[in-house]
Amino acid sequence: MPTQTTEATRPVKAAVTTPGRQAARARRAQRAKDWARRAPLLPALVFLIIVTQLPFVATVVISFTRWNALAPDSRGFAALDNYLAVFTDPAMRSSVVTTVLLTVTVVLVSLLLGLGLALLLDRSFRGRGIVRTLLITPFLVVPVASALLWKHALYNASYGLLNGALTWIWGLFGSDNPPQPDWMTDSPLAAVEMSLIWQWTPFMMLILLAGLQSRPADAIEAARMDGATAFDIFRYLTLPHLRRYLELAALLGTVYVVQNFDAVFTITSGGLGTANLPFTIYQTFYQAHDYGQASAQGVIVVLCSLLVATFALRSVSSLLREEVTR
Amino acid sequence: MTSALLPPRRRRRTGSLLGLLAWLCGIAFFLPVAWMVLTSFHSETDAATNPPSIGAGLSLHGYREFFGEGTGVSPWPPLINSLTASVVSTLLVLLLAVPAAYALSIKPVRKWTDVMFFFLSTKMLPLVAGLLPIYLVAQNTGMLDSIWLLVILYTSMNLPIAVWMMRSFLSEVPTEILEAASIDGAGLHTTLLRIVAPVAMPGIAATALISFIFSWNELLFARVLTGIVAGTAPVFLTGFVTSQGLFLAKVCAAATVISLPVLIAGFAAQDKLVQGLSLGAVK
Repeated sequence: MPTQTTEATRPVKAAVTTPGRQAARARRAQRAKDWARRAPLLPALVFLIIVTQLPFVATVVISFTRWNALAPDSRGFAALDNYLAVFTDPAMRSSVVTTVLLTVTVVLVSLLLGLGLALLLDRSFRGRGIVRTLLITPFLVVPVASALLWKHALYNASYGLLNGALTWIWGLFGSDNPPQPDWMTDSPLAAVEMSLIWQWTPFMMLILLAGLQSRPADAIEAARMDGATAFDIFRYLTLPHLRRYLELAALLGTVYVVQNFDAVFTITSGGLGTANLPFTIYQTFYQAHDYGQASAQGVIVVLCSLLVATFALRSVSSLLREEVTR
Repeated sequence: MTSALLPPRRRRRTGSLLGLLAWLCGIAFFLPVAWMVLTSFHSETDAATNPPSIGAGLSLHGYREFFGEGTGVSPWPPLINSLTASVVSTLLVLLLAVPAAYALSIKPVRKWTDVMFFFLSTKMLPLVAGLLPIYLVAQNTGMLDSIWLLVILYTSMNLPIAVWMMRSFLSEVPTEILEAASIDGAGLHTTLLRIVAPVAMPGIAATALISFIFSWNELLFARVLTGIVAGTAPVFLTGFVTSQGLFLAKVCAAATVISLPVLIAGFAAQDKLVQGLSLGAVK
């Protein structure tokens, strides 16, 4: 790296002529050079700190305040009251559980489905490009549109496509008494999860497909020549190679799904035990107007995310490490 | 499956069976979208039947309603708001991210990995936790219901991803060529134009695509921070659901129109989409 070479040559130069002034000038030049390097980075960094970090600081401050917009006169220092209220609130506790359940289910199921689809698409067959395009379409539908589509066109108990299909299939067998479940009230969380799995499977598939296609072809060919079965090749060559891609897909999926608001808000309006953390905060702030408590919830969510993020960042760092040693 | 040991004909048969399975999966995943488009072309009464009336006559009624016939509510202001927020924030993202990525890859600052992780960690913090202070600031500065507030927020939302993506593209610029260029006395301008730009262009396209899609899709901030003036297309879409009367064809028409820009952009650049969503880690 250039910085190291300049630092190495500096003492030699400085020793030749009047040491003090020369060293100071060199140091100043070095500092100017450092700042010249940093300059292109600063606008982005400053912008991001102002827009994303300062609000969090404000959130922390407000979380210690008693502040309900509906009762502006009683505003004051609340110490830990908001946190106590949040921790003892059963709704908050259940929204933590819901968030974990929702995220884990959606990420795991779409990861497995995505792996299966990626393996199917990794082989050549007629119309592969078309199938790939069909498969990624769910990911390109605007999330609110997708949530509305599932709620009204598919799940609706009286005219949704799911129950319509049941009527049709039962009708084929001469029955006019088909089961007509009310999907959104019978299994509300599964209904939300289903629509999200539909949206996120294509994403997982695309990452894993990229992973499959970067496999070293010669090693697989050699294994096949040596009589390895397709399962052996998958187990001992493909899967180890895919590990990083699986981790990456799971990590990114988690980051995006944890924050999901659109599906919960649209499909069930957070009812029937489907309120996740983003929705609960939205509700505390937007409907209950309890600013202090909403902020306390926000701080808790941030602390939890930091916990997950440190773990996740460690796995991402493996992606950067090879480049650092380059 | 032991396809490697099977005689060629049986292997071919399992092969075409797997191809068929892939086709079936593709159709299954596409079906809800196809249903949405078909329903959008049905009349309201044909859209809400059980069993579904697949062969019902087509009608443009849903689209006419979407474009304001009968209700008099034009979809253009929200569509233009969405377009403004997405395009301007995407331009801002590129303006900030490209130089930053340069300072993280081609001429890296010291401890550049720490800076990268700082960018990523801001992406992992749930946006909703900062919502209240942003709302209060907007309220006090008169920025509530202004599209420019969304431009700023969407820029910050997409900036970390953009920096990661652009860095992964710029790190492909071969260092030997950069050194050779500087020995030959090439100035910064020439280096950027001749060596960096050709490598960066596909990255800029991918970054722009992702940034555009995320901004176009965003609902939470738009819902809380905008009203009648600056409401975006997703907010407008949620308003199509009414408590009385039939609305399915109308909602499907609206959902189709609003998804169209993303569908077109996504189909046109499938590979860029993967690169973008994986922060440039998958090429």
